[in-house]
Order: sequence, then structure tokens, then C-alpha cells
Amino acid sequence: MNNIRALPTATPPAPVLETRDLTIRFGGHTAVNTVSCAFSPGHLTAIVGPNGAGKTTYFNLMSGQLKANEGQVLLRGDDITTLSAPSRTRRGIGRAFQLTNLFPNLTVHENVRLAVQSRARVGLDIFTLWSRRRDLIDEADELLRSITLLDRRDALASALPHGDQRKLEVAILLALDPDVLMFDEPTAGMSVDEVPVILDLIHGIKARGDKTVLLVEHKMDVVRSLADRIVVLHNGYLVADGDPAEVMASPIVQDAYLGMGLADHV
Amino acid sequence: MLRALFSGDYPRSRVLMVLLVLVFVALLLAPFLFPGTRPLNVAAKICIFIVLVASYDLLLGYAGIVSFAHTMFYGIGGYGIGLALYGLGPSWGAIGVGFVLALALTAVLSALIGLFSLRVRAIFFAMITLAVASAFLILASQLSGFTGGEDGRSFRAPTVLQPGFRLFDGEIFGVAISGRIITYYLVFFAALALFLFLLRVVNSPFGRVLQAIRENDFRAEALGYRTVVYRTLANVLAALVATMAGALMAIWLRYTGPDTMLSFSIMIDILLMVVIGGMGTLYGAVIGVVILVLAQNYLQALMGGVSKALVGVPLLPDLLHPDRWVLWLGVLFVLSVYFFPTGIVGRLRQRR
Repeated sequence: MNNIRALPTATPPAPVLETRDLTIRFGGHTAVNTVSCAFSPGHLTAIVGPNGAGKTTYFNLMSGQLKANEGQVLLRGDDITTLSAPSRTRRGIGRAFQLTNLFPNLTVHENVRLAVQSRARVGLDIFTLWSRRRDLIDEADELLRSITLLDRRDALASALPHGDQRKLEVAILLALDPDVLMFDEPTAGMSVDEVPVILDLIHGIKARGDKTVLLVEHKMDVVRSLADRIVVLHNGYLVADGDPAEVMASPIVQDAYLGMGLADHV
Repeated sequence: MLRALFSGDYPRSRVLMVLLVLVFVALLLAPFLFPGTRPLNVAAKICIFIVLVASYDLLLGYAGIVSFAHTMFYGIGGYGIGLALYGLGPSWGAIGVGFVLALALTAVLSALIGLFSLRVRAIFFAMITLAVASAFLILASQLSGFTGGEDGRSFRAPTVLQPGFRLFDGEIFGVAISGRIITYYLVFFAALALFLFLLRVVNSPFGRVLQAIRENDFRAEALGYRTVVYRTLANVLAALVATMAGALMAIWLRYTGPDTMLSFSIMIDILLMVVIGGMGTLYGAVIGVVILVLAQNYLQALMGGVSKALVGVPLLPDLLHPDRWVLWLGVLFVLSVYFFPTGIVGRLRQRR
């Protein structure tokens, strides 16, 4: 575990994704409040906090599903605060969703192939047959193999059991081959024996060293095994940020988590 | 070869395959199999409506967009050809000018409607198309100096397409090759080409994205697909094909007018045909059009015959009186939607 936790370089590389004083309000409620944080390649940052802390909202602000009221989102130094979700995806921010979000009446294979096709930028081609792009089809199959879903490739996505749908969600994200990968509770609702497949995949991505991985996760054992940095959100504020052991030991986190009964996991 | 022609999207049902081959052969040989003015009119209408309805299926069945402006684009094609031939005289040049102008107007209008209203909720787009189409219908009937108003415009086609024209002196299978038959084959092959083009579009990477957007537009955006662009492009493509269908109809009828080109009853027919045939299949357009056009043209006669044969039986002759044909068409529609919610093609494919 220690070698995973160790930072790959002494001086952190330039951040790929950065937020500055990011704020969004829903009515009178400020869901994310002046959050400034930067994320670098080769690192896996876990974003933790109690329910309603603003973790998923923070994700939505970075991947473009929500637009900030104040503050900025920077990608490789460029201000992308006003860009739409599809533009951000095309610039390399990939997102997997907490609530399974698939194309229910398309096949498992087509779900992944559409993501591969998006990355290949051929979506506006109206003359070529989709089935002539063997390369895209094979790549989708390869991804399905990596998450052990290849034998279900022709089933409808809606026909998969919950755990397999979560895997498919991850495969779609991988198919986009983004620079920044955002996982929102990737193992939620999965049975115990399914979890390692996902964790191995995420670990493999991190080990490549060129990807920036962000992870919202409740399960502390998952966080501990994967994260080399932890950011704690609480009531919309960033309250702690740093090395996992230190952050988890800090009084403010102990306080925040005691209320959730998670302290004994920390 | 076949795969390229059909874009790898085969009927996938033996019954459907047989039906499609029957329709194709009947339409291909219509001038020889069913000589006479009326059958040829019916055949030409079927060809043109297959294109019109299939293009609507691209919108409704594949992209999940509900539009009420499809007849407007159909009418733009009809009026483009009609007014050009009326104003410039019967020449191929006039057809070309009218065709290009109609396509240009359609492209601009459909792109504008799409960009303005497809980013918001679906119901809003439906309402906008309804409003624009109504305005267009009123314009066409009120600008009588230009469009001929309610009466529309009758015009002459280029010489080769005029009924009096003979390609040569002899006959083929007892049928003289008149300008009428040449026009029919112009319509037939143009319709065939347009249908195969649509089949290609829905099986292209673009068509696949449309289905993804229909299924889950939020997810499609997160994959990097700009849904507004795709929806707008689908709207423009469908509108352009509808315009071409309208142009064919004007050439066939040598007439253009609000009732035949723009009325909302055509829009309702299109909807019925798509739903009865099966949304999101394209082949459903063929089946839906054939059933409805045949019913519109022959159900009345059929009922008249049956009604006469049943004279003396209580109630039945009245129920089957030819004037009640719309009632029976309505019953047919309700039953088919109830028993085949995925349309006839969807049902046939399930059986396999």
C-alpha cells in the first residue's frame, strides 16, 4: 500500500485541471463555495465528504453539466468555465456518472462503440456505413473484454444486472480515452466480488502516469487503496487537502465524519 | 453490392421481405401491370409519399424529434417547381431554378428553426414548427398574385414530360411510352434513390448518434456529441428530402396548391403512415404508405361493393356505406396502434 501512496515525483507536474474560487448557488443554498483546487497527471485524487457536501456538484461544474455562478475552471491553463459539456469532453475531460446513465435500448456494444466513435470524431459522417469502421467496433470489443462483458455485447444495456451496468459505465469512460477521468462512486451498489475488476482498471489507469484521475467515493477502503491525495468537501467548502493519512487524521475530517459514523473506517 | 445499396440494413423478416419485393415490382412495372390514369396516379403518389414519410421517420423514429412542419418543406418543393414552371415557362432550366431555390429556402428555414428551438424542450420545437407551418400555409393562400392563392397554379411540364409526348411510335406490352410514363419513371427512380440515401444516413455514424440522442441526450452530450448540431442537421436533412418529394409531386401533378401541398391533413397522413408502418425502421414508411394510400383510393369502392352485396341485411349496408370510409380507416388505425405498438414492421421483426 505504501508504494501506491507515494507521490511519483518530488515536484508536482503542471496541473491539467484547476478550479479557482468555484461557486454555484441553487436558490439560497450554496452547493459549492469558493473551491480552489488543482489536479495533476499521474495522480489519483479522492474527493470525499458527507452526503450533500457538494462532491457530485463539484464534478458537474468541472465536466460541464452545470455552469458556475462564480469562479473559473481551467484546463491546461485555458479558461473553460463557459464551455458546454460536449466541448469539455472533446477537450479531454471524461466523466462516469453516479446514477447509471447509459443508452438503455441500445446494445452493450453500441454503448461503448458510440464513445469510441465520438473520440474518433466521425459522428457527422452521413455516407459511410457504421459497420465499415471495423477499427471502432474492434476497439469497443476490446474494452468490453477488459471489463469482462464481452459475452454480453449484444444484450440491451437495460437488460444487464446493476453491477454490469456500472462496469459498462466505466467502459464508456475508458472508451473516450480522456486525459482527465472522473469517477463518481464507480463501485456503488456492486457486489463484493465485482468491485476488484473496477478497482484494478482504475489502478491500471493511474499506473500509466499520464492520466489525471478524480474519484468521488464513500468506501474508505477503496479510497485508501487507490488515492494518493484526498480532498475533503464539507457544506460546499474545501476543508482539507493533502496526503491521505494526514487528511484522515486531521481534526476537521474526524469531526465531519463522526457525524456519519465513518470515523472507525478512517 | 447489395450491402452497399441497402446500407447493411435488410428487412430482417421474411414476410416483410416478400412484401417489399412485391411493392417494388408492382411500382417498377406499374405502367404495364396497371394501365390507366388512376392506377398510375396511385403508384406515383405511393413512390413520392414513401420518400416523404421515410424522411419524417428520420426525424421522428430515429432522432425522436416531433415536427409539424414537414408538409411545409414538402410544399416549398412543390411551390418551388410549380411557380418556376409557371413563371418561366416549361423548361428544364425552370425546373432547375425552382428546385435549387426551394432547396436553399428549406435549408435556411430548417436550420434556423432547428438552431432556435432544438436546444430547448421537445414540446417547444413541436409548437414552433406548428406556428411556422401555419404561417406558411396562410402566406401561400393569401399571396394570390404570386402563388395563385387557394386555387394554386397549374403549369406545363417540359416537352418530354408532357402527356402528349411519345418516346417512339411503337408500344411495349401494348402500352405507348408517353411523357406520362417517362415522368412516372423519373418519379420512381428519384424516389428509390432518395429512399436508399435515407437508409444510408440512418446506418451511418451520424444515424447512430441520432439514435443515441433519442435514447439519452444527456449521456450523448457527456460523450462529446453536440446534440443541437446533430438534431439540427437531422432536421435539415429530413426537410431537404421532403422538399425533393414535394418537387416530384409538383412535376407529377403539373399543379401546385395549398390543399395538395401544404394542408395539415397531409401532415396527419404522414404521422399515420409512420406510426402504422413502424417508427425507426424506414421500411415502415413503405408499408404504411402503401396501406394508407390504397385505403384512401380503394377502400371506398370496396365498401360500396360490399354494401351493395349486403342489401337486405339489417344495419350492415349502412355501416359499410362508402361515405363511412373514414370511420373504418379510423378503426383500422386504432386497432393497428393497439395491436402493433411498434408498427407493422416492428411486429413482423419480432415474429422472426
